[in-house]
Amino acid sequence: MTLPMATPDTDIDLWLDQQTDKSLLRFLTCGSVDDGKSTLIGRLLYDSQLILDDQLASLKKESRNRTTGDEGIDFSLLVDGLSAEREQGITIDVAYRFFSTDKRKFIVADTPGHEQYTRNMATGASNADLALLLIDARKGVLTQSRRHSFILSLIGVKHVVLVVNKIDLVDYSQDVFDRIVAEYRTFAEPLGFKTLAAVPVSALRGDNILGQSANTPWYRGPGLVPYLEGIEVADDRASQKFRFPVQWVNRPNLDFRGFSGTVAAGVVKVGDEVLVAASRKPAVIKAIVTMDGEFEQAVAGQAVTLVLDREVDVSRGDVLTHAGETPEFSNQFQARVVWMNEEPAYPGRSYLLKIGSQIVPATITDLKFRTNVNTLEHTAATKLDLNEVATVTIATDRPIAFDPYAANAVTGGFILVDRISNATLGAGTVEFGLRRAQNLTYQSFDVNRDVRANMKGQRPQIVWFTGLSGSGKSSVANLLEKRLTAEGKHAYILDGDNIRHGLNKDLGFTEAARVENIRRVAEVARLMADAGLIVLVSFISPFEKERRLAREIAGDITFTEVYVDTPIEVCEARDPKGLYKRARAGEIKNFTGIDSPFEAPTNPELVLRGAEHEPLDLADQLHGLLRF
Amino acid sequence: MTSNRLTHLQTLEAESIEILREVAASFERPVMMYSIGKDSSVLLHLARKAFYPSKIPFPLLHVDTTWKFREMIAFRDKMAEDYGFDLITHTNADGVRDNINPFDHGSSRYTDIMKTAALRQALNAGQYDAAIGGARRDEEKSRAKERVFSHRNAGHAWDPKNQRPELWRVFNTRLNPGESMRVFPLSNWTELDIWTYIYAENIPIVPLYFARERPVVERFGTLLMVDDDRMPLGKNEVPRHELVRFRTLGCYPLTGAMRSAASNLPEIIMEMQASRTSEREGRLIDSDQVGSMEKKKQEGYF
Repeated sequence: MTLPMATPDTDIDLWLDQQTDKSLLRFLTCGSVDDGKSTLIGRLLYDSQLILDDQLASLKKESRNRTTGDEGIDFSLLVDGLSAEREQGITIDVAYRFFSTDKRKFIVADTPGHEQYTRNMATGASNADLALLLIDARKGVLTQSRRHSFILSLIGVKHVVLVVNKIDLVDYSQDVFDRIVAEYRTFAEPLGFKTLAAVPVSALRGDNILGQSANTPWYRGPGLVPYLEGIEVADDRASQKFRFPVQWVNRPNLDFRGFSGTVAAGVVKVGDEVLVAASRKPAVIKAIVTMDGEFEQAVAGQAVTLVLDREVDVSRGDVLTHAGETPEFSNQFQARVVWMNEEPAYPGRSYLLKIGSQIVPATITDLKFRTNVNTLEHTAATKLDLNEVATVTIATDRPIAFDPYAANAVTGGFILVDRISNATLGAGTVEFGLRRAQNLTYQSFDVNRDVRANMKGQRPQIVWFTGLSGSGKSSVANLLEKRLTAEGKHAYILDGDNIRHGLNKDLGFTEAARVENIRRVAEVARLMADAGLIVLVSFISPFEKERRLAREIAGDITFTEVYVDTPIEVCEARDPKGLYKRARAGEIKNFTGIDSPFEAPTNPELVLRGAEHEPLDLADQLHGLLRF
Repeated sequence: MTSNRLTHLQTLEAESIEILREVAASFERPVMMYSIGKDSSVLLHLARKAFYPSKIPFPLLHVDTTWKFREMIAFRDKMAEDYGFDLITHTNADGVRDNINPFDHGSSRYTDIMKTAALRQALNAGQYDAAIGGARRDEEKSRAKERVFSHRNAGHAWDPKNQRPELWRVFNTRLNPGESMRVFPLSNWTELDIWTYIYAENIPIVPLYFARERPVVERFGTLLMVDDDRMPLGKNEVPRHELVRFRTLGCYPLTGAMRSAASNLPEIIMEMQASRTSEREGRLIDSDQVGSMEKKKQEGYF
């Protein structure tokens, strides 16, 4: 499999043509920890003679005291590049490796097996055409093998090779191999891979890597490398509907205005009529400009600059398409999301969503179900933890252009970004758009929240105090308002009791009335914050669901849930309004803390210990932590 | 193009152009590192393509240690003139004042002051929020792990254990105040890709890559070119002329030459195909210790 050496007699042009004409296969190696992924890649590099003399020398030095093959080398050392990885003997992050045979060029993403680094495995999978899923022949199919398979299907990797490694350690047993392959095929059936092959190998000893091993006469398939050289992973992007996400507006002077980007799918030709997906404004392609001259057409994967025949409002984030083949344009869709952060995902939280070159605030409005990676069963969930996968509904602040991921990976794959830390929290794939959102339009005004906020020199926001009656919510809110007012900031307190005297005096205490109570207060808070105010809401709000509703209504307005955590005994001893006494006497029904529960917030932004500190200290603390 | 399928090099080219455009569109003050080497030449060529017919919408920054080959500096200035890009050069003035040089202070301390610290100075001075570099993942093991958009904290440090997941080509370009991004458009290129692309696109490179008779001395098995009279020579050391070329370029006292007769691109590519040592072997700063590149990167080196 070595690269044919160029010699002085070689016709260099011919040789270079052969190099550049080779197709490129991007694959990843995945599977559980210790299944031998790094060793396999090291073996591929070694066998393709890509380990150079100086690397080999330093490798042999480092391989002492490690498990090595006949060559005296621990191949995994070739790929585990970070100090922490070499110390711990594990792979933490994706490593990219390059090798080439006379038939094909390969880019390999070696991805980590530990569950905690699953996000890095997803990183490696997202640009791969094919996956090598390694299984330790002694251990069989493990949870992590299943998790990785599921993520492969989520990310849309269509071709899988089950590499049953360490076959030498089970005496090259066909039974073991057959059993593992049968079990895996049953599991993977619903995942919809286009091809699924299985090869018994020993990465350490080199069995069935380049050719068929004499140790496994029962295996009649090709060696791993010949299989990778031969497999057809048709790139069908060029035959899909034309999509051109505009990346950058190219405006060198007043006479030239072009739209630079990469053709995500399909083919575009000079003279084609195109539409801007958002505005549905039509135009005709006047020229396809590159530094190599003007093209008659551009195909999927090419980076070009399109010039239109007329002035149309187009900017970064817009998507150009052919008429009659436009993508969905909506502010709601169903998607599958894999969560990649220690901080869980909650419905109602606002994130930034990036899809193509569009960035927009977005909220998970409904967590429909979580998928168990072992059984592929659906389970109900209220939050999404690290490495979990769920099907959700997402609402964006404004409509965006997108396609189902199955139809187009570029316009259907997105990431979710934390609005404060800017960390990448999760990745998702669009399943389908939700039509009901399409007919809604918002009146947009020139003077908006930002303008009003700037006028006031403050950050409009909602601070939502929750806690038992008598916990100190109103006292703290009151002191905080005083302090903000002294600083020249404009704040306003919405108090539960006061609101019930006016706006909500028609509401009783039934379940439905309680939800309506919260909804109205949250809507008022949102309007006030939109008007530029800092809104302090002091509301017992005992139920998690209702607090989440309030957060959802707040939308992209900064919403801080402050839990004033004061033990019931302390609240009852204070009893400022005599309510506990009356509840104990049976004069008030459904009183929170007595005969109606208080669901302590599971994930508030801040917790104040009401029994341990004076209200003034708590208000100070809050003032220091929040940015007004 | 005869078919709808792009070749390997066309794919790499288009992906790099997309990355460069993403930087221009997403950051306030991007800058492109220009080291004058072959990778930089490819990067420059790609940047010209990415924004054509506009000019490159960000400056190119060269950290000049004052010990680069003279031919590199001449080439740099000619490129800036020919292509009309905005060239910024920066030298660590403290280092110059203290006469920091690779001979008296050792390669490690010299590199730290004249390259790594100088780079930090230049990035801080320009308040750049994105710095584009020409590093490739096939160069070195810690580079193989790095993202295309690689996040740096306010101290320019890399946290290799906590990199942002990077899905598809949806790059997270968001930063908090003081943070910055290092961006590597050539991540997926190999050394052979670079050379075949230079050949196919006829990209100008510094003549030092081609074999010619040059004055050299041999020290600890490394051939060093005597590029100017600042190089202290031993009592019995007499520069002799040999047919040599360079596989990588940097500071002349730290860059080993190789004996070679390859005087044009096809010969270089053929010679490279037959060679059995890795590219960075000629660089004296990488081989101090295992993991030394990762350490340097954590400290802000490119």
